[in-house]
Amino acid sequence: MNPHTEHFVLPARLLHWTMALMIIAMLFIGAAMVSTVSTAHSTLVAWHRPIGSAILLLVLLRIVVRLRHPPPALPSDIPAWQRHAARLSHWLLYALMIAMPLIGWAMLAAGGYPVQIFSTLRLPPIAPHDLHLYTVLHRLHTYLAYLFLLTVLMHLAAAMFHGLIRKDGVFRSMAS
Amino acid sequence: MNDRLPLRQQLGRALREHGRAAALIAATVGAVALLFAFDAGWLDPRRLTPAKIANALEAHDGLHEGFRRAHAKGVCFVGHFDANGEGVRLSKARVFAAGRSSLIGRFSTGGGQPYSPDGRLVFHAMALSITAANGEQWRTGMDDTPVFPVATPQAFLDFQVATQPDANGKPDPAKVAAYLQAHPETRAFMQWLKDHPLPSSFANGTYYSINAFRFINAQGDSHFVRWSSLPETPFAAIDKDRLATLDHDFLFDDVRTRITHGPLRWHLLLTLAKDGDPTNNATKQWPDDRESVDVGTLSIERVASEEDSPCRDLNFDPLILPPGIAASGDPLLAARSAVYSTSFTRRASEGPQPSAQAPAIHDAAQNGNRSKP
Repeated sequence: MNPHTEHFVLPARLLHWTMALMIIAMLFIGAAMVSTVSTAHSTLVAWHRPIGSAILLLVLLRIVVRLRHPPPALPSDIPAWQRHAARLSHWLLYALMIAMPLIGWAMLAAGGYPVQIFSTLRLPPIAPHDLHLYTVLHRLHTYLAYLFLLTVLMHLAAAMFHGLIRKDGVFRSMAS
Repeated sequence: MNDRLPLRQQLGRALREHGRAAALIAATVGAVALLFAFDAGWLDPRRLTPAKIANALEAHDGLHEGFRRAHAKGVCFVGHFDANGEGVRLSKARVFAAGRSSLIGRFSTGGGQPYSPDGRLVFHAMALSITAANGEQWRTGMDDTPVFPVATPQAFLDFQVATQPDANGKPDPAKVAAYLQAHPETRAFMQWLKDHPLPSSFANGTYYSINAFRFINAQGDSHFVRWSSLPETPFAAIDKDRLATLDHDFLFDDVRTRITHGPLRWHLLLTLAKDGDPTNNATKQWPDDRESVDVGTLSIERVASEEDSPCRDLNFDPLILPPGIAASGDPLLAARSAVYSTSFTRRASEGPQPSAQAPAIHDAAQNGNRSKP
């Protein structure tokens, strides 16, 4: 075994863990807010929009950081299928981090809702007011949220696999 | 580690060598998934979800695809709100600064049946989406009764279920009686409907905000407020004993005829609570002597069928509020917001239907868009 010692740069690690918390929070907030008529509904809706907006901003910053500081290479002894799975799941995570806030934003616009992020910030509509489009975007937002959750769970399992079983330094490259 | 081994053997070996680690991974992932299932309500069949209330509305009045689950029969209008500036001391919302805001709204009868006769239910509603000059939106759905039949989302659901028609098309009297026995506030609402004269037209009704809201001014002071719109059209009472004999669309025909004679106007009144007035219970009126501030005039200039107007595709969610107006602690507000959203999403996916109200007089109304005939 050849544990590699390279790390993600500090900004990348900070962004990763901050966004990890925010994304998991968003998945939980989103699922809860559509499941209740209690006052939690309006509180959670009020959190969902600013956190989603922040994720969109942070993922753009994260892409810049990643392009400037490419992540450490995976250990050379990783089987090809795991290498492919890693690449695919990271692409998927990035795509979802960008797409989910944009779909949410466009969905509100298509539903004719003011895109009120918090009381003093309202974003312009990025889609026409059109209920067919709203329906498509609403379904996408819902199904992609489940895909996001599954991808995050796989990512978590893979990270723990690297940290606890392979002990190949991949987990440590992000964790410390 | 040998990456030439097939996956199954690799996994098998990993399990033998790393059983505890594998169990920890499975337990962690499983715990997050379980937490999510709890969070989403999948493990909690008693959670009061917006879907349950929307389903109860559909069961009560039938599923009418593309229509709102409540207040299904309606007509759109457009106009404006002229603020006189008096509201500024209560709220920093731009809509109250002296000047004009545009509005889109909707008159509707109660219930979820888009083709029901207008005499079926006596209460009517006015919904508004007011857009201030700076783009801030204020949406409200108001009823023409100052009190609501229920105070909580659970009571609303119970009321729908208890009054749901059974196979013979009528609610089970025993269920209704049991519900009413447990809900004096609903009995009080029904008594209010009996005791008070009710408007004969959409145009001469007073519409009430149902819930209390918190108004915040530029200094940060907050007041609890209920609002109402008071018609300039003189009040005339409907004959409650002859409802069944009235024309099928008498209310909608009436408003479309009236609008051809000029705009219809209401004064928007903000009524301030005093300490101790209930602000979280829509079934409780405030005493009559509470201060009211006339903050401006709502003018409706044009009435249009839903099919030709943007109001059909709007959700009059009462929590779409500009800065300067916020929710009170009334539990109905979040419930209305959640259930309206579910209703909106459902009818959007069904393909919004043309209005039940044909645009018969619509062209006349459009041509009649002038101040006096």
